[in-house]
Amino acid sequence: MCGIVGLFLKTEALHPRLGDLLTDMLITLTDRGPDSAGIAIYGDADGGLKMTVQSDTPAQTFAGLQDALEAALGQKVGVRVIDTHAVLSLPADSGDAARAFMAARGIRVMGSGESMEIFKEVGLPRDVAARFGLRQMAGSHGIGHTRMATESAVTTLGAHPFSTGDDQCLVHNGSLSNHNAMRRVLTAKGFAPKTQNDTEVAACYISSRLAEGATLGQALQGTLKDLDGFFTFVVGTKTGFGVVRDPVACKPAVMAETEDYVAFGSEYRALANLPGIETARVWEPEPATVYFWER
Amino acid sequence: MQTIDMATTPLRELNATLQAQAKQTNQTVWEIANPKGAHAIAVGLDAPIEVTVKGSTGYYCAGMNKQATVKVTGSAGPGVAENMMSGTVIIDGDASQYAGATGQGGLLVIKGNASSRCGISMKGIDIVVFGNIGHMSAFMAQSGNLVVLGDAGEALGDSLYEARLFVRGSVKSLGADCIEKEMRPEHIAILQDLLDRSGAPAKPEEFRRYGSARTLYNFHVDNAAAY
Repeated sequence: MCGIVGLFLKTEALHPRLGDLLTDMLITLTDRGPDSAGIAIYGDADGGLKMTVQSDTPAQTFAGLQDALEAALGQKVGVRVIDTHAVLSLPADSGDAARAFMAARGIRVMGSGESMEIFKEVGLPRDVAARFGLRQMAGSHGIGHTRMATESAVTTLGAHPFSTGDDQCLVHNGSLSNHNAMRRVLTAKGFAPKTQNDTEVAACYISSRLAEGATLGQALQGTLKDLDGFFTFVVGTKTGFGVVRDPVACKPAVMAETEDYVAFGSEYRALANLPGIETARVWEPEPATVYFWER
Repeated sequence: MQTIDMATTPLRELNATLQAQAKQTNQTVWEIANPKGAHAIAVGLDAPIEVTVKGSTGYYCAGMNKQATVKVTGSAGPGVAENMMSGTVIIDGDASQYAGATGQGGLLVIKGNASSRCGISMKGIDIVVFGNIGHMSAFMAQSGNLVVLGDAGEALGDSLYEARLFVRGSVKSLGADCIEKEMRPEHIAILQDLLDRSGAPAKPEEFRRYGSARTLYNFHVDNAAAY
């Protein structure tokens, strides 16, 4: 099963409410995916690089992290610890050095980018949202996922969203059948998935296409040719928000659009309390059809 | 009129109340407020009552309906009127996938579009869609009538038995063993009756009829690839 939500705000006035709206949407879809939950949110960019990292032992791991990282990078950094995650504020060009630092210490990098932060954990969506304070978060757009695992274990790293490129993230409802073959292709291209999860392969595929110069729309179109299986994907980039369903389209999807936002939900229930939903254009996205919005 | 507000009434209580209505009830008109996409609203009814759901519904609204008239003023999620036996279900908006699946009787009217697998394995239900229908509609349909005022998606009527499919617009493709058939006077009469009963703004002469070529009923080696 699994539940997907997404919200792309067109009106700046709604930015402070993004986390609140997405949290309600996510909790509504708890019965589609009670084993883990996650969210990627695009907040303010401060010109540097944001890196979200995770540890199962945050008290020990994140104590002294700022001093050690500043010593390693030779520059000032910021560390904001939120439950098992920490959002690091880094100099723009320090991504590779910071990743090497994290790898050496066994700290998991969930994602990075100018504006994207990503939070995911095992547990009920309500509990995961409370642990991270998702309700208080602001931003321009975000995507979330409630997971009912089928293809890989119930772990933090198996939860969605998956981020495999700066400011890129993807959530998935379905299961891919050619992910092992595609994993080899992507590894050869330098976009190796880190987990055994099928969805991460799709995220790596999109990242590889974007790196090759494809637009978000072209990358999503490519999933219809190159990925086999069941999927509804919702994808976020720094400025964009996209949706695509496989040609069989058995995984549900509903979208709504008003002057103020574009919203996605696996079911209408997730959209039912959005402001102005009564007069929104509500529709089911067509199979094998790419939808995307850029700001 | 009786009103049940789903903001304050649990789903099981709502359905139990509606299911408890006797055939000779004088409480014949019901309104359901605040559905907000909930699943399984007004399922398993078996009395000649009229239920209006004010808003949009989730999975399986009006499933297994007998006798009742259920109207949804918004759109319906997957599996609306699944396995309906009799009565009428009217959706003012769109219906998601497998609307009217396996229905054995009654009339399902969808005033917007229906998505994929509309009328899959229908067994006697009549379905009238004012808009378009998605792919694989009427797959393995056994009997009943599917009327579409708009267009049909890919693989219409794949592997169907004796259901009649009437489409006014275009058909993207026909499924295995589904062919266009001549429109005879008895088909015009059936269609006229369904258009009248559903209030559909169309004339029977504007439709084409599709049905089974009956070549897959018995195994023939030449058809092996179609199974």
